[in-house]
Amino acid sequence: MRRFTLTPYLVWMVLFTVVPMLLVLYYAFSVPTAGGTTWSLENFSRFFEPIYLRVFLRSLSLAVISTAICLLLGYPAAMIMAGSAFKRKNVVMLLFVVPMWMNFLLRTYAWLTILERSGFINSVLAFLNLPRLNILYTDKAVILGMVYNFLPFMVLPIYSVLSKIDKGVVEAAGDLGANPLQVFIKVILPLSMPGVVSGITMVFMPAMTTFVISRLLGGGQFTLIGNLIEQQFLVVGDWGFGSAISVVMIVVILLSMAVMSFFEGPERDVALW
Amino acid sequence: MVSEIIVQLKGVSKYYDDTPALTDVDLYIRKNEFVTLLGPSGCGKTTMLRLIGGFEKPDSGTITFKGEDISNVPSHKRRVNTVFQRYALFSHLNVFENIAFGLRIKKMKEPVIQEKVAHMLKLVNLEGYEKRDVNSLSGGQQQRVAIARALVNEPEVLLLDEPLAALDLKLRKEMQHELKNMQRQLGITFLYVTHDQEEALSMSDTVVVMKEGEIQQIGTPEKIYNEPINAFVADFIGESNIVDGIMRQDYLVEFAGNTFDCADAGFDQDEPVDVVIRPEDLTLMPPDRAKIRGQVRSVNFLGVHWEMIVDGSDGTSWLVHSTLMEPVGTTIGLGLEPMDIHIMKKVRA
Repeated sequence: MRRFTLTPYLVWMVLFTVVPMLLVLYYAFSVPTAGGTTWSLENFSRFFEPIYLRVFLRSLSLAVISTAICLLLGYPAAMIMAGSAFKRKNVVMLLFVVPMWMNFLLRTYAWLTILERSGFINSVLAFLNLPRLNILYTDKAVILGMVYNFLPFMVLPIYSVLSKIDKGVVEAAGDLGANPLQVFIKVILPLSMPGVVSGITMVFMPAMTTFVISRLLGGGQFTLIGNLIEQQFLVVGDWGFGSAISVVMIVVILLSMAVMSFFEGPERDVALW
Repeated sequence: MVSEIIVQLKGVSKYYDDTPALTDVDLYIRKNEFVTLLGPSGCGKTTMLRLIGGFEKPDSGTITFKGEDISNVPSHKRRVNTVFQRYALFSHLNVFENIAFGLRIKKMKEPVIQEKVAHMLKLVNLEGYEKRDVNSLSGGQQQRVAIARALVNEPEVLLLDEPLAALDLKLRKEMQHELKNMQRQLGITFLYVTHDQEEALSMSDTVVVMKEGEIQQIGTPEKIYNEPINAFVADFIGESNIVDGIMRQDYLVEFAGNTFDCADAGFDQDEPVDVVIRPEDLTLMPPDRAKIRGQVRSVNFLGVHWEMIVDGSDGTSWLVHSTLMEPVGTTIGLGLEPMDIHIMKKVRA
């Protein structure tokens, strides 16, 4: 019976996860030759050419920066929401989640109209006789788009862990002589690490691989690793190289998850990830 | 010798959203005393403890510590420590670091910390558990860590909020003894909150009985038990028969259809009163010689004694504890001494 009920899921996973993964691996480790295909590491050696490494490093740095900004903005927000003095938890939670109901592309397009030369921000600035702000099609705009889109993924797991911390533990730390700052550093922060780790993972991974945000808000001049993969498949038609970059990305993400789970400690079950 | 007053509450009131938790409470605690706040849940005992610990601020009145007003001093600046009901251990730290927490905050030298923590682990019988994860400990062991974590700071007053409530009966008895011994050994003032009257009577120097945010009676366990000030205290501290009576004159009370000599005076003539009689003070005797007669309705063996419910001939039912037993249905007499009849003013008219 149990095996029977599992079957649809297994079929689904084989069809849409295992088979595509195997195809990606096949294309990554093979090159077309005159008679057909042959196994090769050529696709991977191409990735390490300076031009592609630069794309990789730029993706990495933008992802790290936007993850850091999300953490700096999201942790205090989660803390305020989890605080007992805060009465309107549900309203604020809703405000964080509502934009996610809207299509990701639409949300990002909206920023386009806000940021563009004659957009909302510049109209207001012009009205106030202030100089124009030209951040559209710069990496600032890309970071803004990432932070805007991925911030809820940082806030929610941290909030969920913080709101589960026993208030008694915080009182106990105060009782033992810790001032509010010491309580935060020595008790709340370490106890919230599982949430921080899953927040970082959930922001860093999509930020590292996004190609929509960089194309719309970066104006195409900011090629990120996601754009590179997309191009190889849809424009250049070099499936082998595209697959190889995907494999590298999978390895990078698995490695970063392994590193993060090391920090997560024993209380894995608390976090979302 | 009477020692100095260490903590004093004067006219302290506390409200939660307009609901009074404590109303106009006065209490003092002497140095080295073991004081227990006793009462049913919602009586304000935990609120009082939290006010002294600094987790809540009084809405009116003052709390002084060695004569100094600490009403608005935050908890981390008070020289008291707390053992929390649900332990509130730091789950990210091991046993050693949990106990060392307060010492590290005070920036003590490492060798001093090592020595103090080792001493505490010995005191609470947890030697060799230094490196253990606190989540892997049993309830009793976690309780000991919580006690050690508070005591290692050498507080002048230790506040304990129903610390044994989550333990099973046997462990609770053991810990009661250990706590009492620790208190004697260390000479620390204990303020202990419980709803368990037996625990309160066996451990305390002074018991404070509370009800609905007000103190009912303060006294030694003996005094509270033998001379409860009102029917609530009598009923809460051990089992009691509480019957309506009328004070005919000094030292003469009428209840259960008869008049009895008693040891109380100072009531108005014919004043309605509560008459409180402990079940163990009622003795079985032949019905023809007794002022109270009745039929045994039920008999229950409780180990040390029998518990019988006797339906009196006037309709009152009596709870009797005795080492003797009469079978169900027998008509018996109940006797009692004048000293065992406790007369109390009616709480309400």
